[in-house]
Amino acid sequence: MTVRPIRFLRRGRLVDVTDAHPRTTLLDWLRLRERAVGTKEGCAEGDCGACTVVLARLRDGRMVYEPVNACILLLGQVDGTEVITVEDIAEAGGLHPVQAAMVKHHGSQCGFCTPGIVMSLFALYHEDAPADRTTAGDALAGNLCRCTGYRPIVDAAVEACTGKPADRFAATETSSAKVLAALDDGADAWLGDADRFFAAPAGEDLLGRILENAADATILAGATDVGLWINKALQPLERIVWLGRVKALQTIEDTPDAVAFGATVTHARALPYLEAVDPDLGELMRRFGSRQVRATGTVGGNIANGSPIGDLAPALIALGATLELRKGERLRTIPLADFFIEYRKQDREPGEYVRRIVVPKLGPSERFRCLKITKRRDEDISTTLGAVMLTLEGDLVIAARIAFGGMAGTPKRAPAAEAQLVGQSIKQAATWRAAAAALTADYKPLDDHRASAKYRMQAAQSVLVKALAEIAGLPSETTRIHPRKEASLAAE
Amino acid sequence: MPPSDPAAVEDAPAPRHVHKPLPHDSAAKHVQGAALYIDDIAEPEGTLHVALGLAPVARARLQELDLTAVRAAPGVVAVLTAADVPGKNDVSPAFGDDPMFVEREIFFHGQALFAVVATTRDAARRAAVLGVTKTTVLKPRVTVEEALAADATVLPDYQFGRGDPDQEIERAPRSLDGSFRIGGQEHFYLEGQVALAIPGEDGEMLVHSSTQHPTEVQHVVARVLGIPDAFVTCEVRRMGGGFGGKESQGTQWAAIAALAARITNRPCKLRLDRDDDMAMTGKRHDFRVDWRVGFDDDGRIAALDTKLLARCGYSADLSLGVVDRTMFHSDSSYFLPTVRIASKRLKTDTVSNTAFRGFGGPQGMLAMERVIDAVAWTLGRDPLDVRKLNHYGEGRDVTPYGMTVEDHDVGLAILEKLERSSDYRIRRAEIATFNARSPILRRGIALTPVKFGISFTLTQLNQSGALVHVYSDGSVHLNHGGTEMGQGLFQKVAQVAAEEFGIGLDRVRITATSTAKVPNTSPTAASSGSDLNGMAVMVAAGAIKKRMAQYAAEEWGGTPDQVEFRDDRVFVGNESVAFTDLAKRCHLARISLSEAGHYKTPKVSWNRAEGTGRPFYYFAYGAACSEVVVDTMTGEMRVERVDILHDVGRSLNPAIDIGQIEGGFVQGMGWLTTEELVYDAEGRLRTHAPSTYKIPVASDVPADFRVALHQAPNREVTIYRSKAVGEPPVMLANSVFCAVADALHSLAPGKVVPLDAPATPEAILKAVEELTGSVGF
Repeated sequence: MTVRPIRFLRRGRLVDVTDAHPRTTLLDWLRLRERAVGTKEGCAEGDCGACTVVLARLRDGRMVYEPVNACILLLGQVDGTEVITVEDIAEAGGLHPVQAAMVKHHGSQCGFCTPGIVMSLFALYHEDAPADRTTAGDALAGNLCRCTGYRPIVDAAVEACTGKPADRFAATETSSAKVLAALDDGADAWLGDADRFFAAPAGEDLLGRILENAADATILAGATDVGLWINKALQPLERIVWLGRVKALQTIEDTPDAVAFGATVTHARALPYLEAVDPDLGELMRRFGSRQVRATGTVGGNIANGSPIGDLAPALIALGATLELRKGERLRTIPLADFFIEYRKQDREPGEYVRRIVVPKLGPSERFRCLKITKRRDEDISTTLGAVMLTLEGDLVIAARIAFGGMAGTPKRAPAAEAQLVGQSIKQAATWRAAAAALTADYKPLDDHRASAKYRMQAAQSVLVKALAEIAGLPSETTRIHPRKEASLAAE
Repeated sequence: MPPSDPAAVEDAPAPRHVHKPLPHDSAAKHVQGAALYIDDIAEPEGTLHVALGLAPVARARLQELDLTAVRAAPGVVAVLTAADVPGKNDVSPAFGDDPMFVEREIFFHGQALFAVVATTRDAARRAAVLGVTKTTVLKPRVTVEEALAADATVLPDYQFGRGDPDQEIERAPRSLDGSFRIGGQEHFYLEGQVALAIPGEDGEMLVHSSTQHPTEVQHVVARVLGIPDAFVTCEVRRMGGGFGGKESQGTQWAAIAALAARITNRPCKLRLDRDDDMAMTGKRHDFRVDWRVGFDDDGRIAALDTKLLARCGYSADLSLGVVDRTMFHSDSSYFLPTVRIASKRLKTDTVSNTAFRGFGGPQGMLAMERVIDAVAWTLGRDPLDVRKLNHYGEGRDVTPYGMTVEDHDVGLAILEKLERSSDYRIRRAEIATFNARSPILRRGIALTPVKFGISFTLTQLNQSGALVHVYSDGSVHLNHGGTEMGQGLFQKVAQVAAEEFGIGLDRVRITATSTAKVPNTSPTAASSGSDLNGMAVMVAAGAIKKRMAQYAAEEWGGTPDQVEFRDDRVFVGNESVAFTDLAKRCHLARISLSEAGHYKTPKVSWNRAEGTGRPFYYFAYGAACSEVVVDTMTGEMRVERVDILHDVGRSLNPAIDIGQIEGGFVQGMGWLTTEELVYDAEGRLRTHAPSTYKIPVASDVPADFRVALHQAPNREVTIYRSKAVGEPPVMLANSVFCAVADALHSLAPGKVVPLDAPATPEAILKAVEELTGSVGF
């Protein structure tokens, strides 16, 4: 085994990280160590995007440019990438096209969010398709601006992001790719010593050995939550095992019947596969955090973290997903629904990790709907989220799997509501209402800062009625303020 | 001479810099990450970092504060409490009721107990959570009702009005009453509160503070340290947003950093974490408004009786002026023949509420728009017709505080122009058709006016200063008392300076605001920045030009008043000379090329005790038409289209003004829709981070967003006949709230829609349930 330091590309040079604390964030490294102060800290929790930087990396032989929140990304997680910040992108002759468009359209006022916005647009600039107002809005969902009202920023995005990148990063892509390819050396990387470390094993063997020796180590996937444990809860994390370099956990296996995600597949990578399962699932993923969060947050991390809301969990429970867990040589597979035991308690032993999630695709007689209710449409945590999967024989409901997030201590199925549906005609409005009424037997939601228990229940019942009415044939243009995006790949 | 009398500007040759849509002076720096904010300034060697220990309860007597573990934590250099303050332990702007550190009483959850000074920010933060308190906890008063029950106020009640509204409401053919809640708002400036204090000799202190009010920071630092103002300099080049949240709220952190610097004799920086910032700094006041109105069968209002119950938090802060401004705007744009506007400044055991863009005005105006809606609904009339019917007009032009609205025609003209350009009537009909066929989704539309009084209502604040130097190479050093928080003030004032001297903008160097250059300044607030500082710069430039012209006339003939400054040259008689050459020659001739300008707003006066006077120099007008679609099963809402027409006088910079209008509108829209401050029964703010407190994002802004300027010279003499633009656009968002209510009204025509602000999905669904008796389909 060869162990090397955490290593990344920065301004044309390779950086070996040898003396940083394992929990150092990328933002602190940039601002305090490198004194590159163009990147700002706005919230230190990955919600405002002022700290957005771009990580360029090789994926399937292609360069991809992804925006990330540097405030909650640990330094070790940039291993193998090129770190690009707002100071780096101006061209020799002047501003980068996205910077020039921002100036032209008066896209900055106080300027504090601007570096992050510029970097989100830089990432958008490097995508294949030209931006329109909708895709620009999506690209900016993780960047809060309190001054402009966004219109000029969206104008700048649409003008500059043409889908034909022609900046110096595009021009030197081949040589950058070569450097990054060399960094993808299959070696295990390590920062620190045996007691205090950020370990980045490349294989499951070493991962297993580390977890055997240090079962108390924090297993890190995307850090979109762990980053807050550090910045906000001030948890003194000293031993961190990052799964992001383990090749076996990064795979996506797409078969006619199912799609299987390795635990560290990011939401960004999973999105098109889930969208192909059902357009509601695609929209759910598009509203999952922001581009920045989706670029680092992982499918496995979202599940293993055990949030009572979860977003992915209720949708995947309704679809009948299964979970593969590993500890040492022991592999086991359980239904995802059984993984969540109670609030913040999952069926996972110390040292055991989530390895794979298998999501069955919809059969010809299966119908799916998923609706997420939030205070703000984009980049918000669900007040409640409902997912419904029905198996139909004509109009008759043969089987029903309903799951909600935000309604209990865990994402949870709704057996009472399901029972009201099985054996009934989907066309009967009375059936929808009976199922909705049964939700009061399934859930006892809480009052909190997102909503009252009463609202949660009302909204959940409305979500269920809408899902059933739509499956029965009511067009979503009449049931939703943002109609369902019917995709050609959808089962119906 | 070219016009130093701005009244003459209309006849002047086409300007070179003013009225142009030029970019913000820092735009190129913003986009490259090259604009420096306080946390970006290279730290002097040995800089220490400060973090704060926060009160764990809202209302308590502090029995014991054990800081042993804090002092023993790694990296800790000093720990500071109230006992370490050499001067006064008070950071209040006026009333002496804001302790910098808790002494015996805890007033709100999150109040500063002590400060830790350590070698790194991380070490300071980790040490700051180790303090141990022993307290006697009392039940906190959190809500309007709890404060009312205890009759707890921070300032005396105040009211003004005319006539006998009780009698007139009684006599009116119709009457209505109601109660309406309006939520507060977190500023969410992207750059949180931050200060860097650098000690100098003899106890001098230089403070870099992210503040809208450097003079206030100077006063408070001097007060806390017990030294004269002259020993303290406060400097700020730019803020990463202010919105009123750095008017009085920036001082505490500057004062604590200065105290730490004094005690350690090292530079000290204090930057609040976002969650702490949201817990520790004040917000827009939330209100309950109780109202009664009398009106006739057409909807013409005879009398209004309104009671504004403001939740001020634990101290007075700026609540006197804020709630006064709510009262001043409780007429919105409507004539109220008989009226009583009463206010109560309620004291709660929560953070002290403060200035926020609009300064109380938005709450007063929204409440009045809700009254108009209620009147219209009960009469079955279109609310816009009732708005127009009650709008100020000929013979109906005196406000409840006795000031005459001299240009009410501007407001009404804007309203009517927007009614046409937005196709209001056609869309109103289309919406009715849609709603008749749509059981779940309902559309709504509303067109509401804005009339906002410009001037500080505290008359003494309506003054400004500038310091202008012309160097012997002809370049200009520009400084004034206004601060830059993104609103483009520095750019606008630089355009004025370049215009006055007739030189290129690149010859004008914008410099950081400093109490050492311009003293005794007013806060950059009340939308006054360009009006006040633009004028002070014009005065200063005028004085320098006068001396230069005198010299030029002596050298080349003609009279000084014929000398013209334009195109980088100075024209005198038949000669012309480069501005740079004239500057050099003036210096050689021992003529002063530096001037401190001073300006005070004319005409304004306000007698608060009598409730009479002219608190405002002029009004800024506007109108907005918003259309929304509401989901009556979940309460979700989408803004579909917004049309805005807004009065900026003759704009100093139309691009910057449009930015203020759009940004203000979206900020107001957030206040009234997704932004919700939730306090629990223990007085803890539960929405203290962007994960739980939701300001608008890009996709919340309607794709169909049509903004136009109503450009006509200000009837009053202002800088190049422009109008203030910072705050008024916030209230354009009242149209969004009224449109939501309009959509809900379609569920139960004739009923008053019981919708409180903000119109979150939950608030909307609650209104649906109250209107229809159920939720569902």
